[in-house]
Amino acid sequence: MRTELLFRVLIGACAVLLVVLVAAIGVELARESVLSIRAFGLRFWVTTTWDPVAGEFGALPFIWGTLYSSVLALLISTPIALGIAIFISELSPERLRAPLVFLTELLAAIPSIVYGLWAIFVLVPIVRQLEASTPEVLRALPLFSGPPLGVGMVSAALVLAVMIIPFTSAVAREVLKTVPVAQREAAYALGATRFEAIRSALFFARTGIVGAIMLGFGRALGETMAVTMVVGNNPQISASLFAPQYTMAAVIANEFTEATDELYLHALVEIGLVLFIITLIVNAGSRLLIWAMSRSAAPAVAPTSPAAATV
Amino acid sequence: MTRDVRRRFVSAVFVAACAAAVLLALIPLAMILFFVVSQGLQALNVAFFTQLPRPVGESGGGMLNALVGTFVLTGVAALIAIPIGVISGIYMSEYRGTRLATATRFAADTLNGVPSIVIGIFAYAVAVLPFRQFSAMAGGLALGVMMIPIIARTTEELLLLVPGALREGALALGATRARAVFSVIVPAALPGIITGVVLALARIAGETAPLLFTAFNNRFFSTDLRQPIASMTVQIFTYAISPYEDWHRQAWAGALVLVSFVLVCSLVARVVTARVQRLRG
Amino acid sequence: MSAHLLWPACALAALLFTACGGGPPQQQQQTANTRTAGGGKLQINGAGATFPYPIYSKWFAEYNRQHPNIEINYQSIGSGGGVRQLTNRTVFFGASDMSMSDEQLKAAPGPVLHFPTVLGAVVPVYNLQGTADLKFSGPLLADVYLGKITKWNDPAIATLNPGVKLPATDIAVVHRSDGSGTTFIWVDYLAKVSPEFKTRVGVNSSVNWPVGVGGKGNEGVAGLVAQTPGAIGYVELIYALQNKIDFASVQNAAGESIKASPDSVTKAAAGAAVPDDFRVSITNAPGAGAYPIASFTWLLLYQEPIDRAQARAMVDFVKWAVTDGQKFATELGYAPLPHTLAQRELNALERIKTS
Repeated sequence: MRTELLFRVLIGACAVLLVVLVAAIGVELARESVLSIRAFGLRFWVTTTWDPVAGEFGALPFIWGTLYSSVLALLISTPIALGIAIFISELSPERLRAPLVFLTELLAAIPSIVYGLWAIFVLVPIVRQLEASTPEVLRALPLFSGPPLGVGMVSAALVLAVMIIPFTSAVAREVLKTVPVAQREAAYALGATRFEAIRSALFFARTGIVGAIMLGFGRALGETMAVTMVVGNNPQISASLFAPQYTMAAVIANEFTEATDELYLHALVEIGLVLFIITLIVNAGSRLLIWAMSRSAAPAVAPTSPAAATV
Repeated sequence: MTRDVRRRFVSAVFVAACAAAVLLALIPLAMILFFVVSQGLQALNVAFFTQLPRPVGESGGGMLNALVGTFVLTGVAALIAIPIGVISGIYMSEYRGTRLATATRFAADTLNGVPSIVIGIFAYAVAVLPFRQFSAMAGGLALGVMMIPIIARTTEELLLLVPGALREGALALGATRARAVFSVIVPAALPGIITGVVLALARIAGETAPLLFTAFNNRFFSTDLRQPIASMTVQIFTYAISPYEDWHRQAWAGALVLVSFVLVCSLVARVVTARVQRLRG
Repeated sequence: MSAHLLWPACALAALLFTACGGGPPQQQQQTANTRTAGGGKLQINGAGATFPYPIYSKWFAEYNRQHPNIEINYQSIGSGGGVRQLTNRTVFFGASDMSMSDEQLKAAPGPVLHFPTVLGAVVPVYNLQGTADLKFSGPLLADVYLGKITKWNDPAIATLNPGVKLPATDIAVVHRSDGSGTTFIWVDYLAKVSPEFKTRVGVNSSVNWPVGVGGKGNEGVAGLVAQTPGAIGYVELIYALQNKIDFASVQNAAGESIKASPDSVTKAAAGAAVPDDFRVSITNAPGAGAYPIASFTWLLLYQEPIDRAQARAMVDFVKWAVTDGQKFATELGYAPLPHTLAQRELNALERIKTS
């Protein structure tokens, strides 16, 4: 049994390494932001100034920008992602299923920098045209105010939406797979239309679906490159879709190598810490929901394919 | 309208909406592929693959250093991530149900969700600051950390798929646990594990954010792990935000190469998975 | 080998290939920053300003052609970044359009020397179809960047440009999102001509902008302005020239409307008294024909660098740059250094410890 123990210890050491790694990330982030934490404390989360000259740093504009863009992306992408998941798992003809799954996976596989490239050169000019042609009566609303720059919140939200559709859709598909077949058969036996049968399946899987949506949300929160290229890089809090704003990931990407003094750098790392904590909570929450859902449904959860394991 | 007709109508509308959703999602995909291919092909020539970047104002040149750089970075990442990822996956499947396995699974899922820029900060603090040097090593570390949870979870799930009969047979023949795992179970799951690794590599090759302040960038050709190194993604980023038309064209070409690489990996993964499934019956 | 193992074998081969891309370990040298491969190749890493990037990239490529074993890898991340990386010693040299402040010099682990390399101009670029050759003044630009002037047909702009048809479009203000010496030159000038700008915004490489969109680097600002109708931004002259973006003339201290050019920049530097440490600002220079938003740009080197081999190479490079290299300046829109200044620099370079 000695070899058995040795095997377990050696293998287990790697597993421990993984756990330690995650903890180490949190620790390093805290360590490298200590100056900023000491200087600003909890005020950091609610201050709106980002003034490197005066040494005044506050994360609120970035938290706002991140949440606003991610929520918008969620609103746009969720109906589409769910529609895709439902279509592929319930409605599509057998022959179409594999190609559609492949295409959705392709959407997920496209690197974020390529999304950014497409966003800068194709999406932004289109958005600029749309912004410029918004009727005056709408322009008066705070939601549509500001010059038609093209870069800004709406472009960022659109590119984020496209990027998270495949994630939400893949997890939603997996969740729908765990709904017992008997459930649907019962609905059809009772004379339900397709819509009604699917609706009852959705209701059954609602916890998991919410988990899938949250997972997409978590992905949107952390997305960096595509957003950096089109969000406008202005740390202001604005309700306007046209206004250039800033996200946590974008400010770190833009200003990290250029922070001119220790406090500036530590403030940026603290933003990274804030982002880490927020995504941790969102992701843990979503996994909890998906897990709870799978527990209450069929006993065996269909394992995710390697491709979907990128989620 | 009778109630029945109304219900059928609603159902039809719903089905149509779902189909529309699929089409709606395919539009940006088609657009991206169209632009990447059409714009990228224009700038793609032999020089792109064989030459180094030219200074500002001179047209031409290529992305040779960035291509090699991406290879080097993914190589380093693979060397770090494959051992740790596979072995952690083995632990999670062999000792499923122990507290460590649950903790590891949670850690892997958490790590999967950490934004890549945050991992970049971590790699900067751990691999750049102490050595006072941007390096390919630091970039490879950042990418490796991102790969570990993907490989770990894939390995775990694939090992769980191996029929229990195989393990029981090995143990019945007197194999130790280690032997059973390494000689029987892992080889059975190997095609799937390799597929997972290939897909993880494809995903990592497309990452930009963690490289921005770890591998930095390099105008020259370099394979030195202790120096900054160019990469496809950072180079595309630098070119894209510049005002030079020539650089924009090269950015599209780089994007085409990147997307092609990802596509090939995806196809290989599917083919392998399909063959394995067919062989299993 | 059975068919179904063929694909995994290929994948494994690809993996091994990428792993081997790491290459055999290089020859060891004493210090961390030196990397010398078999043929004695020396790679020196630097980072900093985007303002001189066009001429630096030309210089480093040209120098590499003349000395193939010396590779100077320069990344243009902004002057603020250059100073930071230099202070952290994560790069060997920095480059900045803003001379280091006394606090920054104190924060550095060793004495840092400034070496002016060229003179350049920051120009106000704009994107207004069919309206070339606009004239601006300092106070006007300050008001635009304060957000007080928001439309192109504002009376203040019209007064300076009689007879020009100005549309009623919004002005889309573009500034830098990164720590930038170009920003420093720009706000340094605006603060000199507008007391309100000085108090509300201040002077630094990265400021709290009241309005506008942020672009990354000179490249990012130029890109944004080129793509956004109604935009206004500030970039180094060469970025406007190379990308054929319209730029305006600016009223100088003598009241003349000057369009930036190497000649007008040279005139701005002509009257400047340059101290021994070469740190001086020449914005809003007096004198006829002087362009008001001009500046030196500096290479920053430690007086006592850790790696002496790299120090030798860099000193040689700077000697070449301030003499032979100057011939590339005008074709790229920069003004060459005055001869006497170059001489003083050659003397100052001796202070760097190269052995």
